[in-house]
Amino acid sequence: MKKQLVMVGNGMAGMKTIEELLAIAPDQYQITVFGAEPYGNYNRILLSPVLAGEKTIDDIMLNPLEWYAENGITLHAGKEVIEIDRHGRRVIAADGTTAHYDRLLLATGSVPFMLPVPGRDLDGVITFRDIHDVERMLDAAGKYRRAVVIGGGLLGLEAAYGLLRHGMDVTVVHLMDTLLERQLDAPAGALLKASLEARGLKFAMPAQTEAILGSERVEAVRFKDGSEIPVDLVVMAVGIRPNTALAQRAGLYCERGVVVSDTLQTFDPKIYAVGECVQHRGVCYGLVAPLFEQAKVAANQLAGLGFRYYEGSVTSTKLKVTGIDLFSAGDFQGGPGREELLLQDPAGGVYKKLVLKDDKLVGAVLYGATADGSWYFQLLREGTPVKDLRETLLFGQTNLGDAGHGGVNQVANLPDSAQICDCNGVCKGTIVSAITEKGLFTLDEVRAHTKASASCGSCTGLVEQLLAHTLGGDYSKPTVKPMCPCTDHSHDQVREAIRRQHLTSLKAVFEFLEWKNPDGCDKCRPALNYYLIATWPLEAVDDPQARFVNERNHANIQKDGTYSVVPRIWGGVTTPAELRAIAEVAEKYQVPTVKITGGQRIDLLGVKKEDLPAMWADLNDAGFVSGHAYGKSLRTVKTCVGSEWCRFGTQDSTGCGIALEKLTWGSWTPHKFKIAVSGCPRNCAEATIKDFGVVAIESGWELHVGGNGGVKVRATDVLCRVSTQEEVLEYCAAFMQLYREEARYLERTAPWIERVGLSFVKSRVVDDEVGRKALAKRFHESQRVFQKDPWAEHATAERARTFMPLKEVI
Amino acid sequence: MAAVISDTAQEWVLVGALEDIPPRGARIVRARAGTIAVFRTSDDEVYALLDRCPHKGGPLSEGIVHGCRVACPLHGMYIDLASGKAVAPDEGEVLRFPVRVEDGKVYLGLVAEG
Repeated sequence: MKKQLVMVGNGMAGMKTIEELLAIAPDQYQITVFGAEPYGNYNRILLSPVLAGEKTIDDIMLNPLEWYAENGITLHAGKEVIEIDRHGRRVIAADGTTAHYDRLLLATGSVPFMLPVPGRDLDGVITFRDIHDVERMLDAAGKYRRAVVIGGGLLGLEAAYGLLRHGMDVTVVHLMDTLLERQLDAPAGALLKASLEARGLKFAMPAQTEAILGSERVEAVRFKDGSEIPVDLVVMAVGIRPNTALAQRAGLYCERGVVVSDTLQTFDPKIYAVGECVQHRGVCYGLVAPLFEQAKVAANQLAGLGFRYYEGSVTSTKLKVTGIDLFSAGDFQGGPGREELLLQDPAGGVYKKLVLKDDKLVGAVLYGATADGSWYFQLLREGTPVKDLRETLLFGQTNLGDAGHGGVNQVANLPDSAQICDCNGVCKGTIVSAITEKGLFTLDEVRAHTKASASCGSCTGLVEQLLAHTLGGDYSKPTVKPMCPCTDHSHDQVREAIRRQHLTSLKAVFEFLEWKNPDGCDKCRPALNYYLIATWPLEAVDDPQARFVNERNHANIQKDGTYSVVPRIWGGVTTPAELRAIAEVAEKYQVPTVKITGGQRIDLLGVKKEDLPAMWADLNDAGFVSGHAYGKSLRTVKTCVGSEWCRFGTQDSTGCGIALEKLTWGSWTPHKFKIAVSGCPRNCAEATIKDFGVVAIESGWELHVGGNGGVKVRATDVLCRVSTQEEVLEYCAAFMQLYREEARYLERTAPWIERVGLSFVKSRVVDDEVGRKALAKRFHESQRVFQKDPWAEHATAERARTFMPLKEVI
Repeated sequence: MAAVISDTAQEWVLVGALEDIPPRGARIVRARAGTIAVFRTSDDEVYALLDRCPHKGGPLSEGIVHGCRVACPLHGMYIDLASGKAVAPDEGEVLRFPVRVEDGKVYLGLVAEG
């Protein structure tokens, strides 16, 4: 018989736990849910837009009543549990309903805090917590004119804005002299206040409420200084308190919240608790992202897997008021041992403050320009060293060279018709309605449902902003990003296991790391195959079925299913005989398009798969090898003519480029890898937007790394200067090997260097001579295995057969 | 055994040996109905679908096969091999063809199912 799991509290944290549990252990428990509200589970953080009239209740339902039935869950909606009988292991509801449990999950949430002032029981004094409160506010907005919102925090301001939108005359009363003082410092708070005043909100602050006056219905609010304002509606939004009443009655240990361990168990190990009702390591959370992290852990523990632990969350905040861009995260107040970077543009309505400690970002406040909020939050959570970025950190990620969406930094103010994803043509309105109507919380979910950010990824920051703006910064951003849905391990963890456990095959990885899908998927198989052959080049076997089509067929698939063929032209230098051979092949196979590529080669487009092996054989006969124009591998080495011909040339750039290409061709890398060599600082080969760029100078060569000319234009960082071509080759081999060993699959050198820091690369490749030589040696070892022409291998009769149809029956 | 076995409304053709298709891979058969992709999963289940992704016509036979799914090589849409349907939240469906394996030989039905 299945074990009984009972959950008390039908809110977001609890239901997320149930959803996670159903995903990993669908048959383990018979589940019963008690909820005090008479609805299914709804997205509480979107109540503010409902109040503002921007969404409806239906828009924000996450699990309608039918969902419970479909998943075999017994739901007691509208039944409040009043007692837990821990000896008898059952819960008792107010109407007498009881349920037996083997495991109990408490998710009772929080209750709004009421100020202990006279008159708080009067008619027209309400809180802002659930659908019922919203309905009461909307009702009042239709009948009355004057409202006072007590509390200048997130909830208070959102309530005030909602009432204002319904035409009420709204005054916000705040005890402190800064709005959102838990999220903002004084200058940002002042900007926010000015902006809200411009929209018509009034403020009384600092002001302490002494009494609410009236006979039956509220009539006025009196402050401590004796002044009064007349009012018809008072919304109390001064804070929330964990709802511990039920747990306390049951004798569970509570402080401010129900105290839980890292496994989210209360002091009674059969009883778990998640969400706003819990206190973990002394902290109570009121935002959704941490609650979702707790839900994942609780589900993992309830399923008996027991490998996830909750270690607390770093949170970020956004205000859900249309058109106001505001973001804060971490420890933004600064103090001893902290440094502050500040940017103030009062006329432009922009304020940015970043707080650093030991060269790491520990806090951020952004007002008016929040495009980089998610980037800062990522730097903060991952503890990325920002020493190398200090000079431009305040100006945001775009100033690292990202020209992808450089112009846009305020998605909040964009119209719904604004295109966010330029690859798949997805507009802001489509993304926002998918987030609300389909109840999406993560970037991956938005990608699956809308395709936004699912192609080149350059709009990821904008989509994360939309998530944050729509959900109020409460969207869930995992601390450790799993490699793919087949595993909970990150790229770095998987790679470490391959290295340490000496895993040399996909099967060994799947078994050792307990992969959830026996075959893996199209995301993890290519990544794992790369990690295996890069880590154990002499032992791992390259698995063609774990290769993306282009690398499996050694040609680039095109939109119509044909392929393109690009022979290698060393350093971009060719001969009439070679050109003649290419021309003959193009004619023989009736190639429809011949195109000069950006990498100084010739692309033969529109080739049928079954013609590939014969064409390769002909090209091999003319002395060509594969150009690997299709691979996560060394692509081209672009050169200018250099000192051999150019009157300005200082070194033989073509000779150096050809030597580099002979050294590096055939190597597999985490993503494509491009090299260029320019013969003088005029840099005609555009070496400063390549992964590895070489610029000749009078005294030798200047080496550059981490450039990119694609989605995110990024100029290179200068690595160092060397004097001889031998050194160029050694540094190049060492740098490529470091990139091969350290970067995550599909991470170009540009984002990799931004993640690990140029200092790290310099310390390994420039400063450490022994280490550099060791890196170069490992590169050469790998090249001995992999530097071979795949075309020659596949042109054999046996391999060529696999490029033909299995059968033709026409 | 004859290369073509007649069935009531089905036309079965011997297309090759199971071992001609790589596990977690596919080979194609050119037929009057169009190009048909014949897939072989890691546990030697065999499925046949029209080799055209319902999204933008990509050749499904070149996709990465995992479990009972293939990821289209052009834009990554997942197609369930057994049903021919796109995996939610994507929508779309591709023609299925019957296929069976006897004594290590693969027989394909040239009339689409459903």
